[in-house]
Amino acid sequence: MSMVLNEDQRMLQESVRAFCQENAPVSELRRVRDEQDEDGFSRALWQQMVALGWAGMTIPEQYGGFGFGYTGLEIVLEETGRTLVPTPLLATVLLCGTLLNLGGSETQKSTLLAKIAAGEVLMALAHEEGPLHNPVRVATKAQANADGFIINGSKCFVLDGHVADQLIVVARTSGEQDSTNGISLFLVDRTAPGVAVQRLCVVDSRNAANIRLSNVQVAKDALIGELDRGYSVLEKVLDVGRIGLAAEMLGNAQEVFDRVIEYLKQREQFGVLIGAFQGLQHRAAHMYSELELCRSAVRRAFSELDGAQEEIPVLASIAKAKLSEVLEDVSNEGVQMHGGIGMTDEFDIGFFLKRARVAQALLGDANFHRDRYARLNGF
Amino acid sequence: MQTLEEFRQSTRAWLEENCPASMRTAMEEDEVVWGGRQAKFKNPDSKLWLERMAAKGWTTPTWPKEYGGAGLSKEENIVLLQELQRINARQALNSFGISMLGPVLLEYGTLEQKAEHLPKIVRGEIRWCQGYSEPGAGSDLASLSTKAILDGDDYVLNGAKVWTSYADKADWIFCLVRTDFEAAKHSGISFILFDMQSPGVTTRPIRLISGASPFCETFFEDVRVPAKQLVGKLNDGWTIAKRLLQHERTMISGFGLATSNAGRKPDSASIEGVAMRVRGDTALLSDAVLRNEIAKHKIDSEAFAFTSQRSLEEAKQSKGPNATSSMLKNYGCELNKRRYELLLKALGTQGLGWSSQDYSDFSAQELNTTREWLRSKGNSIEGGTAEIQLNVIAKRVLGLPDMPTLTKKGA
Repeated sequence: MSMVLNEDQRMLQESVRAFCQENAPVSELRRVRDEQDEDGFSRALWQQMVALGWAGMTIPEQYGGFGFGYTGLEIVLEETGRTLVPTPLLATVLLCGTLLNLGGSETQKSTLLAKIAAGEVLMALAHEEGPLHNPVRVATKAQANADGFIINGSKCFVLDGHVADQLIVVARTSGEQDSTNGISLFLVDRTAPGVAVQRLCVVDSRNAANIRLSNVQVAKDALIGELDRGYSVLEKVLDVGRIGLAAEMLGNAQEVFDRVIEYLKQREQFGVLIGAFQGLQHRAAHMYSELELCRSAVRRAFSELDGAQEEIPVLASIAKAKLSEVLEDVSNEGVQMHGGIGMTDEFDIGFFLKRARVAQALLGDANFHRDRYARLNGF
Repeated sequence: MQTLEEFRQSTRAWLEENCPASMRTAMEEDEVVWGGRQAKFKNPDSKLWLERMAAKGWTTPTWPKEYGGAGLSKEENIVLLQELQRINARQALNSFGISMLGPVLLEYGTLEQKAEHLPKIVRGEIRWCQGYSEPGAGSDLASLSTKAILDGDDYVLNGAKVWTSYADKADWIFCLVRTDFEAAKHSGISFILFDMQSPGVTTRPIRLISGASPFCETFFEDVRVPAKQLVGKLNDGWTIAKRLLQHERTMISGFGLATSNAGRKPDSASIEGVAMRVRGDTALLSDAVLRNEIAKHKIDSEAFAFTSQRSLEEAKQSKGPNATSSMLKNYGCELNKRRYELLLKALGTQGLGWSSQDYSDFSAQELNTTREWLRSKGNSIEGGTAEIQLNVIAKRVLGLPDMPTLTKKGA
C-alpha cells in the first residue's frame, strides 16, 4: 500500500492532464450544453480516450484490457473531474465494467469486456428507484418464464441511460422489499421491446435518464451471476463507483480551489490584492487542509482496490462522505470568493458547483455514508 | 545488509524478549516517563524498559549511532513503530529533547554540543524545557525581550519566560534570547542552552483551568551562561526557532491521530462506546444527531491518519518537516478538541464532575475526561495558535500576499 504515486503513475498523470487541458477543457461541457448535444458527450473525443487506453485500464488482459489497475483510473477520473468533461467512464467502465468483471460468466466477460475496452459498447447500470440512494430498495421484478425472465418496473437517474447499448438492470427475483436477498442482475438491450427511456435534463448538463421496463423479455443467459444473490456483487460495484466518484470530486474541488487562489492573487480592492485579507486567507487555509484530507482518503481507498480489498466498504464510505462534505463547501466558496463574476454563466465556476451537487448525491451523500460508516463500525 | 523483512523479524523477536508485560498496557498520565535528574518511575518496569530501549538506541531510532541513536533508515523506523504498536508497547521515554531540541541540534549544533547533549537525551538523563513565549511575546514571538549581554566568556541573561512546559521539573532549557537590540526584531535573536540550576533561575507553576500545572513562569536574573552554549550563529536564532517549531507542530499533530480500530467494534473507551453505554444502547447508537457527529469525527480522524502517513511518505523525498506541519498541527488539535467535546456530550452530566472521594459518583475515567477536555482547549494555543497556523498555511503554502500596512514594521 502506498499513499504516494510512483514514477509511472506520475507520468500518466502528466499526460492525462495535458490531454484534458488541450482536448477536453471546461468549454467542452459548455459546448455539449449549449448545442444540446444528442449524446451528451463527444463520441469522437471518447474514441481518443479509448485510444489512450482509458477504457481498458481496469479490464484484465485476457479480456482485451490492459490490467493497469484502479490507480490508473483514479488519475484519469481526477483529471477529467478537473475539466468536467462528460465521458462514459463512470457508467460504462467503472460501474458496468467492474460489475461484469466481478459477476459475469466467461461468455459475458469475453464478449462485453473486450468491447468496453475497445470503446465499442456503452453501458448503464439501472439500479436506483427513488430520489435518495438506496441500493436495497428494489421493487422492479423479474419473473422466470419458459424463455428466461420477464422484467417490470421503473428505474430513475440512470447515468448514460439514453445512450447505453446495454443496460444492467437490478431486479428482485424473490424476497421482501429492502431485503438484500433475492436481488438479481440482468443484461437488457436498451432497444428491447418494453424498454422506455426518458432522457433527463439535469443541472450539471450530464447524462441521466428515467427508464420504464414493461414486460421486457430477456433470455436465461441475460442473468449476471447467481440468481437471488446479486446484491454482494452490486455492493462491491457501488463501492468501486463511490471511490471513483470521489476521485472525480477531488479533481473538481482541487480545480475550484486552484482557481480561487489564482483569483485572490489577481483581484484588487481597497488598493490591495484581496488575498491579503485574513478573512479570506483563513478560509483558503481551511479549504487547503480539508483538501489534503480528501486526497488522502481517495488515495487510501484506491490503494485498497488494487491491494488487500478487505477494507473497501469502510474506505469507500470514508472517501464519499468526506468528498461530499468538502466539495459542498469548496464549490460554495468557489462562487463566493469570486464575487459577482462567480454568479455569471459566462464564467466557468458555476459548472463546478452544478456538477458538485449531482456528484454528492450520486451513490450516497455524506449522511448516507456516515450512517453506513457507523454501522460498519458497530454503532 | 539486512532486508526490511529480516529487520522486522529480529525487531519482533527482541521486543517479545525485552518488553515487559506491564509495558504493553495503556498508560495513565502519571505513568509517562520523562526522565531527567528527578526521574520518577511509578512502575519499576518503566525504568527497565527505558534502559533496554535506550541501550538499543530505540528511544531515538533515526539518530546517528555516534550520539547513541540506532541509525535506522526511515523505512526501518516505520517497521519499528509498527512492531511497537503491534504489541501495544508504551513509549519508553517522552521528551522535548527527543521531539524538539535533538533534531535542531543535529542540524545546527557544533560537534561538541552534539556530543555533550544528544547521548543524555537518548538515555533520558537530562530533561529539557522550552523557553520561547514571554509575557509580551505570544503569537508575536519575535518581539521577545529576554536580554543576553556578553560579559567576558559568558552571556548574562535577564528577563522572563511564560508557558514553559514543566520548567519546575526540567534540568536544562533551550531558550530564545535577544542579543542585538538595534536590528529588526527577527534578526536580533539567538538560541542558547543552559542548566536550570544556574544561579538566578526561578520557576513558578501556573494553575490551568483543568486544575493541573504543566506550565510555569520562568524568571532569569543575571544568569551567567557560557558563550559556547549558543547554538548556530549569533543573531540567527530565529531560523532555528522556526525549524524547532515545525518539529513541535509535527509532534503536537500526533495528538489527533486515531487510536487503532482493529476489528471495527466500539471499545469501551471510544466515544461511540461511551455514548452507547451511557444510553444503554446495544445495536445502534440511539441519538441520531450525536451518531452523525461521531461518525464525521471518526471519518475525519481516519482521513487525518492517512494524511499523516502520506506526509511521512512524501517527507522521504524531501528533507524534513515542511510548511504542511502547520496544517497537520492545526487539524490534529481541532480533532482532539472535537473529540473531547463529543466525549462530554456522550457522558452527559457524568462528564462534568470535578473530583470524588471514592469514585462511587464519578469514575476516575470520567473525571479524567473532564480534566482532559479542559486541557485540550490549550491545543490550539500552544506551539502557535490556530490563527497563526492558518497564517502560515496561507502565506507559506498557498503563497497569498501580505497585507502591505502590516509589513512596514518588518513583521
